[in-house]
Amino acid sequence: MKLTNEDVQGILRLLDATKYDELHLETERFKLTLRRNRESGDWTQERQVLSAPKVMQSSAGVSGGAVNVAPVAATATSDARKSGWIEVRAHLPGTFYRAPKPGAPPFVEIGSCVEEDTVVGIIETMKLMNAVHAQARGEVVEICFENAQFAEKGAVLMRIKPGNA
Amino acid sequence: MILRRILIANRGEIAVRVIRTCQRLGIETVLAASEADLDSMAARLADITICIGPANSSASYLNIEAIVAAAFAGKADAIHPGYGFLSENQKLAAACDRAGICFIGPKVEQLDAVGDKLKARAHAAVSGLAGVPGGEICSLDEAQRLATQIGWPILIKAIGGGGGRGMQQVHDAGKLAAAMEMAATEAEASFGDPRLYIERFIPRGRHIEVQILGDGENVIHLGTRDCSIQRRYQKLVEEAPAPNISEILREEMHRAAVAFARHLDYRGLGTVEFLLDCDRDTFYFLEMNARIQVEHPVTEAICGLDLVEEQIAVAEGRKLQWKQDDVKFLGHAIECRINAEDWVHDFRPSPGTVTRAVFPVGQGIRVDTHIQAGATVPPYYDSLLGKLIVHGANRTEAVCKMRRALSNFEITGVATNLSMHAALIRNDEFALGGVDTAFLHRFLQNGNREVA
Repeated sequence: MKLTNEDVQGILRLLDATKYDELHLETERFKLTLRRNRESGDWTQERQVLSAPKVMQSSAGVSGGAVNVAPVAATATSDARKSGWIEVRAHLPGTFYRAPKPGAPPFVEIGSCVEEDTVVGIIETMKLMNAVHAQARGEVVEICFENAQFAEKGAVLMRIKPGNA
Repeated sequence: MILRRILIANRGEIAVRVIRTCQRLGIETVLAASEADLDSMAARLADITICIGPANSSASYLNIEAIVAAAFAGKADAIHPGYGFLSENQKLAAACDRAGICFIGPKVEQLDAVGDKLKARAHAAVSGLAGVPGGEICSLDEAQRLATQIGWPILIKAIGGGGGRGMQQVHDAGKLAAAMEMAATEAEASFGDPRLYIERFIPRGRHIEVQILGDGENVIHLGTRDCSIQRRYQKLVEEAPAPNISEILREEMHRAAVAFARHLDYRGLGTVEFLLDCDRDTFYFLEMNARIQVEHPVTEAICGLDLVEEQIAVAEGRKLQWKQDDVKFLGHAIECRINAEDWVHDFRPSPGTVTRAVFPVGQGIRVDTHIQAGATVPPYYDSLLGKLIVHGANRTEAVCKMRRALSNFEITGVATNLSMHAALIRNDEFALGGVDTAFLHRFLQNGNREVA
């Protein structure tokens, strides 16, 4: 049996009639803490389902589809040539898109000249499209991610060689 | 037919919600989860979890083949699609029909009738329900003629879907061509369908909807909900029943929604959405949602039914066990959607790992969530962390209860919009009830960002 919301309400009714302000319950399957705020008299709960998921091992016919797991982009580089380059990083974790929509030309290519506010890509996080700005004036010299690749927060998406290109 | 094992083709709080009802009814659950959700609360609660693909929803939660295959592998006799993803997708419903699996939702032809906004408008008209004045536009000339006829400003909308995508507000003919092009591009990208229609823009409107339930023959309504508090067409606070409308108007809305669903011989749970024109005190048909909705708990609170249980019953082919007169409404309910959004920084999404989750508990308080300490909030899906629902004897009591419940709600590890809700619930205009859809924008403009 699983702990239901009705169970919690039932436990709370029992507890409310006592002088206790806290209850901790832990089994293999769940963990429940009920706590009474001394001033307001309000109860709060912290609940965790502890049962491990029972994942059915891959059966024939359940196909995945294209896997889009990104290799973590190489970040720090010792190459002295790159020392002055500016890194454009992902400000949020999400899917990196190089173009405004499928089939459209990319925002920038290697060699493109950019200004601080030039949009160089999009990061899709939680179904929201967030523009990635160059934040430097110069020339795009390296693009580290493929279109539709997943980027962790802080990953280097591209590098810009600063200058009045 | 009695359903013994249901595959849940969804994630997050709604997957947990559906599993809980199934467990209460003694129905086994198979969860279809992406790689990112194999350790989720829903996966911990389900009897079996089957991986249907990578995190990216187009390869998993939107992958019909993988979902139907999972239903076979898990020996499920039905699929519950939840909301969003494939919940109103005719192809999934048809694939279920072909595979001999019960789709817990309306029939294919009903999904077709309401999925296309223009078809839905036409059906509504036949059932005696007027849409907002407007119609399809195939060319700039036609759009200009129609806009002049119905009056500026107008709203351009996508025929293929809603959610604010492909929507453009236009104030004069000079901006029409550019707006149409933008709307068509967005509609094509979002729904694969660039077709557009226009409607008269209603400056002061309220979004009011009626919950209906049908068994293919009989239809009942389960009252109104007010969902006017929206940001970029995403609802944030909902309540039931809709406050501050005359009982005559409310009855008219109930009747119109039931008539529309009857006209479709509707089977399943559905919502008929209306736009209430505050200045004209009249309402128009907007669209019908052929699925369970995020805000369904406020309806459950006031009518005492479990809507997932009702969905399962009509999917099994049973007749409605309630007549309209059996449905009694009690009190007032409010729901706040708690999202992983850093609302003080322009609602920036905030994925991550939840370190602590404390929820209020007590009479008339409900929290629907998939969040617990240690839960991950992946960046791939929407930002809903959970819903806080309160139920009081009347609206004033519900508002008080919500204030208190919010103060006892705490999530750490990811940014949330909890403090926005706390400020919103204390707002005087909200306290009066019946705000229009422009309210939230005004509220946010008025420096309410600083409250946090």
